[in-house]
Amino acid sequence: MTTPDEEARFTSDFVRNHVITGGRRLPSAETLSLHTLVTVAPQGEIPPAASPEVRAIWKLCGGGYLAVAEVAAHLGLPVGVTRLLLTDLLEQGLLLHREAPRPAKSADRQTLLKVLHGLEALIG
Amino acid sequence: MDSKPSLVDTKPKPIYVSETVRTSTKILVVGHFAVGKTTYVGSLSEIPPLRTEEKMTQASVHVDDLRGAPDKVTTTVALDFGRLTLGDEVVLYLFGTPGQQRFMQLWEDMAYGALGALILVDPSRLIETFPVIELLEQYGLEYAVAVNNFHPEQQYDEDEIREALDLLPTTPVVYCDARDRATSAKAVIALVEHLLALTE
Repeated sequence: MTTPDEEARFTSDFVRNHVITGGRRLPSAETLSLHTLVTVAPQGEIPPAASPEVRAIWKLCGGGYLAVAEVAAHLGLPVGVTRLLLTDLLEQGLLLHREAPRPAKSADRQTLLKVLHGLEALIG
Repeated sequence: MDSKPSLVDTKPKPIYVSETVRTSTKILVVGHFAVGKTTYVGSLSEIPPLRTEEKMTQASVHVDDLRGAPDKVTTTVALDFGRLTLGDEVVLYLFGTPGQQRFMQLWEDMAYGALGALILVDPSRLIETFPVIELLEQYGLEYAVAVNNFHPEQQYDEDEIREALDLLPTTPVVYCDARDRATSAKAVIALVEHLLALTE
């Protein structure tokens, strides 16, 4: 049991996040990493029963591609909660994402070379 | 309604990634408290740096499960990050990451799919960098060391820094000023060159 003191530590944020996620376990980063780019599917329609948070995601992501972390930052939601809502949309076919991230250590040479050349171009 | 940007509106408007971008990459900018991670990210980012605030339980076990452990004390961890579009096809995200072991879930999230990490160090506080190096090694992330030049009057020899941090001879050590875009970019370049050398 929680004492009133302990309850007080969990301010509205905790309760709010719990309500948004329906108390579900948050998904891991495998499909949607912090830097995975997402946008809403052009032909998709927002589910009529969408929560205010999902509506906010829909509006934000309707404008183009943003990384998962950017979506979280713009909406002021924790990354885990944002990822869960985005995963829901993805599973409903309403979200597009650029290629899924690779685990660390498998960055391919091609990508690294593009990053390198891009950085070199920055400083001339 | 009035859609003009307001002075009190602190939230930057979303700036979308270019349509031509196909690949998204990520590098972690790590280091001890107040070493200049946020400044560094800000110097390189093409967008106003963004911040997410993550509520973490102090005990790092299963912090992703909101049902779990409501008797643990929560802490807020801020993640500052920025973005750089490189050429037409690639975007690079830079995540300024707190170097505390206890935010394990956050670290897993950060490390997943990262190309590598840049460790910012203050040469007068080298000892505080050890926990960060330990974390990177634990998550199998390659790294380069960027010495943020807080005290230009004091010169720190590269060999001294290598020895103090017990670095491998192949680990790059570069000097930068986190406020300066060019030297900050050179530090990431050193990291990426190192990563490329490892693929050979």
